[in-house]
Amino acid sequence: MELLGFGSLRNPEKESQGSRAEGEKMGGWAIAVHGGAGVDPNLPLERQEEAKQLLTRCLNLGISALRSNLPAIDVVELVVRELETDPLFNSGRGSALTEKGTVEMEASIMDGPKRRCGAVSGLTTVKNPVSLARLVMEKSPHSYIGFSGAEEFARQQGVEVVDNDYFITPDNVGMLKLAKEANTILFDYRIPSSGYETCGSGVESPLQMNGLPISVYAPETVGCVVVDREGRCAAATSTGGLMNKMTGRIGDSPLIGAGTYACEVCGVSCTGEGEAIIRGTLAREVAAVMEYKGLKLHQAVDFVIKHRLDEGKAGLIAVSNTGEVACGFNCNGMFRGCATEDGFMEVGVW
Amino acid sequence: MGWAIALHGGAGDIPVSLPPEHRQPREEALRHCLQIGVDALQGKMHPLDVVELVVRELENIPHFNAGRGSVLTNKGTIEMEASIMDGRTKKCGAVSGLKTVVNAISLARLVMEKTPHIYLAFDGAEEFAKEQGVETVDPSHFITAENVERLHHAKEANIVQIDYSTQPLQNGTKKETSVVANGDSQLGTVGCVAVDSNGNLASATSTGGLVNKMVGRIGDSPIIGGGTYANELCAVSATGKGEAILRATVARDVAALMEFKGFSLMEAANCVVHERTPKGTVGLVAVSAAGEVATPYNTTGMFRACATEDGYSEVAIWSAS
Repeated sequence: MELLGFGSLRNPEKESQGSRAEGEKMGGWAIAVHGGAGVDPNLPLERQEEAKQLLTRCLNLGISALRSNLPAIDVVELVVRELETDPLFNSGRGSALTEKGTVEMEASIMDGPKRRCGAVSGLTTVKNPVSLARLVMEKSPHSYIGFSGAEEFARQQGVEVVDNDYFITPDNVGMLKLAKEANTILFDYRIPSSGYETCGSGVESPLQMNGLPISVYAPETVGCVVVDREGRCAAATSTGGLMNKMTGRIGDSPLIGAGTYACEVCGVSCTGEGEAIIRGTLAREVAAVMEYKGLKLHQAVDFVIKHRLDEGKAGLIAVSNTGEVACGFNCNGMFRGCATEDGFMEVGVW
Repeated sequence: MGWAIALHGGAGDIPVSLPPEHRQPREEALRHCLQIGVDALQGKMHPLDVVELVVRELENIPHFNAGRGSVLTNKGTIEMEASIMDGRTKKCGAVSGLKTVVNAISLARLVMEKTPHIYLAFDGAEEFAKEQGVETVDPSHFITAENVERLHHAKEANIVQIDYSTQPLQNGTKKETSVVANGDSQLGTVGCVAVDSNGNLASATSTGGLVNKMVGRIGDSPIIGGGTYANELCAVSATGKGEAILRATVARDVAALMEFKGFSLMEAANCVVHERTPKGTVGLVAVSAAGEVATPYNTTGMFRACATEDGYSEVAIWSAS
């Protein structure tokens, strides 16, 4: 499968050191953020600039927090809250719309050291889904709560709630219309396919993701991964999901092991075609090849992107407990940024 | 090489003193479901169809925590979830928060085959069920007196609990030694994994969740990689402490050890259960493309049954030793 615009960011200083000897400088914090994989090649320059500015702002937020020694788990939450609040990307305000024109948000967060996790789905009034996910992790006996139960939990916890309208932007109302038109013209998912075809594979046509033309696809998901000075990794992912999705549809973002994973050795957040990420248990995969094949972070990311996606299109960001950061994607662009304690910083789209 | 099948009705602190009136119907049910699966495999049914068939049967039996016989939420309601995965294509389907659908596993299969999505939940899933014309009933159909009692006990003890560790209506109810104060569960779920002689693998898991769980709580059973996983090497269905299975991505981990460390099915399954998850939290059933079976657990017991083409078969709750 041809790799479209495969990109990988890594700390150039670390790379030029070649394979690092044991006992060499380990650690130092590192952070990466993303605003979705799969970018319309015709995206106007102003939009690209806007996105880069937001990513830069979020990185800086995370960097200040890390410099003040805030633990990784707090940093990822902080940064993803910022991404949710800004209407630019597909999470919180600015979320993609369901087929009914409503917003249903989901998120997950995971703390590497003990692999504690929290996730939520089907939120319609909670201003910051990632924070509710954190509360599930810390204040409930469970790891994942969805829909009306999650909304109820939100009220019990006193988190900020707003009307569903708050999350809906005119841009996305327009996109939904286009998506519905595109679906009618191109194909109808409700027509059963004859064989076991890959989910999301539709008619061969100009750039598509999840069966939608890239111009209406809307990059899914925001995420952040962090390793702090103590070598603790954390990851968080948040999204409004797929444009024109069926109500009740859950994607990869709230699924531990798929969209989000963090353990002793790394923290990973994924974005792209949800179904491909779930099927490939993508986030967990990065950790698995590091643990079981002894791959270094960027090798693990490369491996997973090259070999675990088949026809699926996705991207991910990851940090390791030794202070490395890496990104990879096999689709047309991924909004991303990363920084490490030794001064490296980069924000990119393609 | 040859076909193989394994199924479970939950792992947990199943007391060895479990009285016959509770033990026998379950053993009988496991035997019955095993036979259904074996007959299907001998009749050359595809493993994906086999696991769905067997799990439907387990869901219909009120003795296990899935479908009819599902445990109750803290509001006394039913919320069922399930997932299914085909090893060769890695296509999968999952559902959560079902209240009226008689067979959650079949709806999960329909999500896989009739939608562009993998996972549907709550109202959206119920709506999809109606569109698909699957069998639905009044939620009261799933509720059994035993589970009403279990919920009552759990509320009194103010814990979210495992379903098998208390036996309602028994004198001197066994102390739930294995229930953690923060409400982690250790038991529940039904599942089935199967492989045919062509190496096609499939896995399916279904559950009512945790007794006294918060409304909306989702466990490991509908999570691909957590409670269910199948690829070209193996098929796995896990059961036990949902939150522990989730963070360890148990089902995926078995396959990952086989793939990346070259472990055999048995080695991989044992490693995950005995070395990579805390004691008292997990059990699983797994089959490999080569027709092997593994059914390890680190809890007191696991309701299980398995069979292979060369004539081996077992129905058990505890270990032989």
